[in-house]
Amino acid sequence: MIPLMEKEIIQANKWLSMKEFVDIIAIAEVTPGPIAVNSATYVGYKMAGVWGAAFATVGVVLPSFVIVISLASLFLKYKDAPAVKAISKGLRAAVTAMIASAAFSMAKASIIDVQGIVIVGLVLFGIFKMKIHPIICIFLAAVLGITLWGGMMLVPGL
Amino acid sequence: MRFLLELFTSFFKIGAFTFGGGHAMVPLIQKEVVDEKGWIEAEDFIDILALAQTAPGPVAANTSVFVGYKLVGIPGAVWALAGTILPSFIVILVVAMYFTKITDSAVINAAFSGIRPAVVALVVSAAINIGKTALRDLKGVGISILAFLAVTVGGIHPIPVILGSAALGYAFFRDDKIPGLNNQVD
Repeated sequence: MIPLMEKEIIQANKWLSMKEFVDIIAIAEVTPGPIAVNSATYVGYKMAGVWGAAFATVGVVLPSFVIVISLASLFLKYKDAPAVKAISKGLRAAVTAMIASAAFSMAKASIIDVQGIVIVGLVLFGIFKMKIHPIICIFLAAVLGITLWGGMMLVPGL
Repeated sequence: MRFLLELFTSFFKIGAFTFGGGHAMVPLIQKEVVDEKGWIEAEDFIDILALAQTAPGPVAANTSVFVGYKLVGIPGAVWALAGTILPSFIVILVVAMYFTKITDSAVINAAFSGIRPAVVALVVSAAINIGKTALRDLKGVGISILAFLAVTVGGIHPIPVILGSAALGYAFFRDDKIPGLNNQVD
């Protein structure tokens, strides 16, 4: 979605400069929620205040809302048909692959040192062996991040 | 109404703690709606994810719309979606108003150096959980490996890969079992 936003916001409408857009993506990445939604909220606020934020956010989710509801009602109606069951077995296999490939590309982008690999191992251990809730894992990882990298980041220039 | 509020609260909690974009939300949604609340069966959740990924828009928002719709129709979809995006809406407004320099903060950056690998691990755990439910025979494993390679090595967009897998599924599984009996048995 980000390339589409870039085309619409910077090139077609000239609402923001490239630099502002990059800053917004960076902010969208450190705040919770889908990046596309966050960026839309932020751009809307910059352009037209709180109402701008509200309209931009509704605008970014409304098309998918309508499409998902249509797909969902069709699927729920026909899910017991033999052909749909066969198709959904293929889809389930694909979903596993899509989640795994999301993990793969996220890993390429965000695991840059040994500490990162250690955190991945710790979180997997926490989830599967100790049954720690994912939200708690995120908290602990943030604390660990501040402890492990906090010192280095405070050195000027890093 | 009480159930709608419960749905809203669940998705609000998920929305508030999902850093790192849409796929990071999958393990949290799965934990909440499949494991903890028992609203959706594990297999149904995977079907929902498949449709959420095929539809345009953020996967997390699509998944919450589908889950809400399946449980209580259109009102459910509206409340689940509102719960998912409201936390980020509030946080972004506050950041845009007062903390536009948040990405310069050393503490925030250090925290995210820890959060990013943790999110990778969460998504890996989701892939493992989903794989355990979704891959029940060699044909399924084969489709999955092909799809994984098509996206990561082949650089093909997920949507054609998902559609291709649907076609393979139809070809492989259509004569598999007597309709109505083919849910659990392998």
